[in-house]
Amino acid sequence: MHYRNPVREIYTDKGFRTALFLSGWIVLIIVVGIFVTLILNSLPSIKAFGWRFFVGKEWNPVLESYGALPFVLGTLLTSLIALLISIPFSFALSILLGEFYKKGILSSLLNTTIELLSGIPSIIYGFWGLFVLVPIVRTFEIKTDLPPYGVGIFTASIILAIMIIPYSASLGREVISLVPAEIKEAAYSLGATRFEVVRYIIIPYARSGIFAGFLLSLGRALGETMAVTMVVGNANTFPEGIFSPGNTMASLIANEFTEATGNLYLSALIEIGLVLFIITTILNVFGRIVIKKTGFEGGNQ
Amino acid sequence: MFKFLRMLGLIGVFFGGLSLYSEGGKIEILGAGATFPYPFYSKLFDVYSRAYNVRINYQPIGSGGGIRQLLNRTVDFGATDAFMSDEELKNSDMEIVHIPTCLGAVVITYNLPGNPGLKFTPDIIADIFLGKIKKWNDKRIKEVNPDVNLPNRKIVVVHRSDGSGTTFIFSDYLSRVNEEWKKKVGRGKSLKWPVGIGGKGNPGVAGLVKQMPGAIGYVELIYALSNNMPVGMVKNKSGKYIVPSIKSVSLAANVHMPSDTRVSLTNTEAQDGYPISSFTWLIVYKEQNYNGRSKDRAKALVDLLWWVVHNGQKYAEPLHYAPLPREAVKKAEHVLKSITYNGEPLLSP
Repeated sequence: MHYRNPVREIYTDKGFRTALFLSGWIVLIIVVGIFVTLILNSLPSIKAFGWRFFVGKEWNPVLESYGALPFVLGTLLTSLIALLISIPFSFALSILLGEFYKKGILSSLLNTTIELLSGIPSIIYGFWGLFVLVPIVRTFEIKTDLPPYGVGIFTASIILAIMIIPYSASLGREVISLVPAEIKEAAYSLGATRFEVVRYIIIPYARSGIFAGFLLSLGRALGETMAVTMVVGNANTFPEGIFSPGNTMASLIANEFTEATGNLYLSALIEIGLVLFIITTILNVFGRIVIKKTGFEGGNQ
Repeated sequence: MFKFLRMLGLIGVFFGGLSLYSEGGKIEILGAGATFPYPFYSKLFDVYSRAYNVRINYQPIGSGGGIRQLLNRTVDFGATDAFMSDEELKNSDMEIVHIPTCLGAVVITYNLPGNPGLKFTPDIIADIFLGKIKKWNDKRIKEVNPDVNLPNRKIVVVHRSDGSGTTFIFSDYLSRVNEEWKKKVGRGKSLKWPVGIGGKGNPGVAGLVKQMPGAIGYVELIYALSNNMPVGMVKNKSGKYIVPSIKSVSLAANVHMPSDTRVSLTNTEAQDGYPISSFTWLIVYKEQNYNGRSKDRAKALVDLLWWVVHNGQKYAEPLHYAPLPREAVKKAEHVLKSITYNGEPLLSP
């Protein structure tokens, strides 16, 4: 017979909790470490440009004058447009898979497809974009008398939109499927139609979770590098319109990091990384506040 | 517990065996850098590794990348079409030497219906890439190409998005022939381009130009030829319109080469020389004993470099690169003989 050794149990219990705490602390230390490393390595650039870095419009390696504004704009534009494009699709998918088709062949098919979408390596998205999407956009641009780049902010936004759909779709689906059956049935018993149940019961209840899904998608879009750098046009200037070429922070770093000779150049690129880090953090914090607010109201009905 | 130890033991044996396997095999030499001469290097290294017990792994990441990787000591040699400046060389803690390998041409390629052969003057090229000439049927282009039916189409400029020696050669040329370019943009491997989109590597630029009607870009000659893209004639210092070819590039090389082989050929004085020509170099450390490198590895590297400037030269012409002129080979030999291991030259004099 196996005796339970109380002493060993206390130790395993304590050990288990220590291990958990340790993992939490390690993650925290890593994140703070990354932030500190970024700051330390950007110091030469911070000292040289100060706050002008954030509003500087020129990226000039020859004169060693660096400004981050075109790339901040490029990142925000591509990510936000991608989010806007993806919202209808992921929203629809969440409702479809969370409420209407929770089981069955169609459900499995769609769920698997969404998961596959999220599993495709981003460079493959880049290739697909370059060989399939870019010619399509180019044909459109030729027809509408725009410069026939094919590449540009718009193309990058479309690729990003496709890449980020799975994140918000699956999170949204989970939250929607967790809406308690009781309140839905209560609504049906009062004579509500399917649509009304979705509109007035499910969505408000799952609102914060759905929003969290969008936030997750946005976070992914902000940092995406490979797919974007292949189709965004790599022009270190202000995009004049949605079809202009531009550049994002991540894409700039990917392009120029391997050969940035000279301390100031390297430091400026790292400062771009720092800016990206800060922007992602700010949007995350902002999103969390919104989730908390809407979650309180939605979940406590 | 015993099971765990046994598993560890198996894993250890597995990896130990693997390392034995790779130790007894060929020496692998690592190189990285320019895309400008990549087709030539690709052929060279393939031929060499078949003939000798050495494998060469070359990554075309751009000249800037090649220089950085050599400085980081992650590769045995770097490759660059922009020779390292005095300042860059000072930044390195150990001395770096340049070995020229061949000559190439930076050509103007474009995408127009019918692939017409166009003539360009230096100022037209500068103004197109500055964004001042915006359409193909601009009167200045028409003036120089009276027989060509130029369409009323916007010019789409394509440049490099990565740090490139090809960009350096092109901007070096434009800085010599156009004051505005010199002031506004200057010369460098990465520039603040006034207009245009960026492609990665020579292949990236060629690809973009090929796909966009009305596009114009600068690439090494072979990239335009192998994609059946038209190549522009450029007016040189003597006033002649020169077609880039092995001959016109070789003629441009008829200048004095310093003993460290670093020389620019752009805007050549040679009467029939192509004005946007350049040498391309392989760069290595002069003293090869660093990071625990073995003498065998250093010797293998120097033997490879010796072969490249001698027997390897015959592979240049079929790929439209110009082989090194005799003077350059002699200077290269001199540099190679100065490469040492622990102070002793690796090649016998």
